[in-house]
Amino acid sequence: MSANSDLTAAAIVKEFGADRSRLLDIVEQVQRRFGHIGDDAIQAIAMELGIHRVEIEDMISFYAFFNREPRGRFRIRLSKTPISFMKGAKEVALAFEKALGLSLGETSADGAFTLEWTSDIGMADQEPAALVNATVLTALTPGDVPHIVAALRQRGFDSDPSANPPYARPEATLPKAVIKSSIVKLGPLLSGLSGRTDGIGAALALSPDKVIEEMTKSKLRGRGGAGFPTGMKWRFTRKAVGADHYVVCNADEGEPGTFKDRVLLSEFPDLVFDGMTIAGYALGARHGLLYLRGEYAYMWDVLQEVLKNRRGLGLLGENIGGREGFDFDIRIQLGAGAYICGEESALLESLEGKRGAPRDRPPFPTERGYLRQPTAIDNVETFACAARIMEKGAGWFAGFGTAQSTGTKLMSVSGDCAHPGVYEVPFGITLNELLDMVGGSDAQYVQVSGPSGQSIAPKDFGRRIAYEDMSTGGSMMVFGPGRDVLEIALQFADFFVAESCGWCTPCRVGTTLLKQGMEKIVAGRATLADIAEMESLGNTVMRMSRCGLGQTAPNPILTTMRNFPELYEAKLAAAPFTPRVTLHDALREAVAVQGRESATGEI
Amino acid sequence: MDAETFRFTVDGINVEATDGQSVMEACDAAGIYIPRLCYHPDLKTSGTCRVCTCKINGRNSAACVTPAAHGLVIENDTPQLTGDRRAIIEMLFVEGNHPCPYCVASGDCELQALGYRLGMVAPQQPYQSPVRKIDATHPDIYLDHERCILCARCIDASQMEDGKTVFGFEGRGIAMRLNVDAKGGLGDTQMAAIDRAASVCPVACIVVKRDSYRVPNGSRRFDKSPIGSDIEARRTGRKS
Repeated sequence: MSANSDLTAAAIVKEFGADRSRLLDIVEQVQRRFGHIGDDAIQAIAMELGIHRVEIEDMISFYAFFNREPRGRFRIRLSKTPISFMKGAKEVALAFEKALGLSLGETSADGAFTLEWTSDIGMADQEPAALVNATVLTALTPGDVPHIVAALRQRGFDSDPSANPPYARPEATLPKAVIKSSIVKLGPLLSGLSGRTDGIGAALALSPDKVIEEMTKSKLRGRGGAGFPTGMKWRFTRKAVGADHYVVCNADEGEPGTFKDRVLLSEFPDLVFDGMTIAGYALGARHGLLYLRGEYAYMWDVLQEVLKNRRGLGLLGENIGGREGFDFDIRIQLGAGAYICGEESALLESLEGKRGAPRDRPPFPTERGYLRQPTAIDNVETFACAARIMEKGAGWFAGFGTAQSTGTKLMSVSGDCAHPGVYEVPFGITLNELLDMVGGSDAQYVQVSGPSGQSIAPKDFGRRIAYEDMSTGGSMMVFGPGRDVLEIALQFADFFVAESCGWCTPCRVGTTLLKQGMEKIVAGRATLADIAEMESLGNTVMRMSRCGLGQTAPNPILTTMRNFPELYEAKLAAAPFTPRVTLHDALREAVAVQGRESATGEI
Repeated sequence: MDAETFRFTVDGINVEATDGQSVMEACDAAGIYIPRLCYHPDLKTSGTCRVCTCKINGRNSAACVTPAAHGLVIENDTPQLTGDRRAIIEMLFVEGNHPCPYCVASGDCELQALGYRLGMVAPQQPYQSPVRKIDATHPDIYLDHERCILCARCIDASQMEDGKTVFGFEGRGIAMRLNVDAKGGLGDTQMAAIDRAASVCPVACIVVKRDSYRVPNGSRRFDKSPIGSDIEARRTGRKS
């Protein structure tokens, strides 16, 4: 099989037109065929593309979902988040270890299974969740695990994975391979949508400039959390000079605790594609790209089918809606496991087939984005809003929310609450109101916007979800009484260690140092001086990092320090100084060699 | 001429700049030293180290990648920026292994020189003490990965100046490493000791063999004057 991996790899490169910018797809196809990307394949890809192997290794080694070494045919990835831990993921992990005879991180000797942790997979309302290859399992209990493993063993061993057609998922019928609809409460954006809206038709009745004017009038702002006015972004992109203009939909929904884009793409894909097509018309773009996070690969077939139908209906392709010269089509780019690719400039790098390292700005993507051409990158929800604005009018949209935050916001709610799921709420709603709605009124604190956001204590539950107060992408994790705040802050610190791209020093090194400092605090060994040092380090990382990841990575620590100082105080060591490494740990090797403890014990 | 030049201020000092210059380039020409590490005047700016971060119009941005513009108000030499820059240098010191007293680059090392210039005493953060193998496969050059600070200079120099693409990165986050374009190590690449990529390393990661003590310790670049003094000398020579 691997004997001809070079020939197959070469053929795959040709399938993608020997286009360097499609390297992610090329590598993904090779891995699909052979389970990993071996040296022969790398050499062949390098030769066919006329680039160096070191450039290919640079890209591959960046993404969590690409393997240079053979891994299990069934790759089981357990979602590792504070929420999944609260719901029993550790017990599920133990059950998998037992059923497979493997430790986390290992591959079985027969090459059938790999078991490992992965960052949040977008199922926070139905944790513990896991990925088996591209298939999502949800609401797992330790009792499910033997059945899942038995089912995998039964169907796995006789099939040659290389014979599988692309995107076939033999594990799709596993126990617990069910994703429940997460919608709890709909508002004006998503209700009353029987069939397809006519946003595109409404847009075509206007000039592109008028469409952008309508966006501006609606005061729509980016739903990813940054809140940049969409009308302004589209205007900048339209005005920017370039051979081509691009519309990019950011569906790399990686912020732990958020899953509303998953809901939009699974239940309202046409609305999102309507929005992208409207943007294509407004910007004079012929190409749209949807960057779908690798964890959502299970949606691939369905979304391709939707696109195919749209082409059949004349909603994509040439002369859309009968408008001579309005040509627009959408390609889906699958990611490969990297939180940082939700950052728009890292996303662009990834779209171009490179490591997802953020770019320095200026130039901004509106000037030079995908392939250095003017590009408007918007969140999935933003496109859904844009489609509704065209259909119903800017005035209708601006009638909801607050003066500076018009419309509604989709909130992904998870954790200690009676009804986790997606809520469409008007901007301006207070956390208190939201907590009452979701059945989480006794919350000890709420993590708004995921680890990169803020830990909000009850004294601030009167704050509002709005750009002028608490701007958010929509992740809301509820932590009830008795949850260990510092332990959760440590888990978030660990998340940033796993997801820092490594490009810039403050984030690459700082995230690791922050995690180590937090470990010392949680262990009860930190002194007041250590905590002061941590705070200072956190502030440096925040001020000096290159992109939003590093600039927000210290947030869970800094905001819990501010809001729960008494918890940190309670953990303080009584000594003025404690060493980072205990004497016991320092002597561990010697103790092992000697076979006895040091005679004097802990000095 | 006048039409093309414009002005901005750095710590209250007027700096003249021309279109297309970065803040760093304009300041260098004007004799104002902004501490920097990964930046090299002949190479593409990668912006990896963030040491040259200044407060530019109230926002922190790296001077090497920020285009100069008329009227910018820049803070460079402030206690907070110096502290943050020192913290970054400390991070690099604890991330790798940097034993200055017996390192071949001592006195010629930009990381060490910045430690002195920014007033680093002993790092407050825990040493990570990585164990990384030396690549000695090349007859004339060795790579000491424990010294690498991931500045990306060699990557660009090899690509743009030498036309070779010998270097690249591998991995992400704290596991990110310098990688070479051959499975068998540097010895199997096109690298030559006379390559530009062999001479741009700011530390002792890329070391040309049998050449390290041509200039003895004590007589090296930064043994004589602190890093940045060459740039500052331009300013003292100017009448203001």
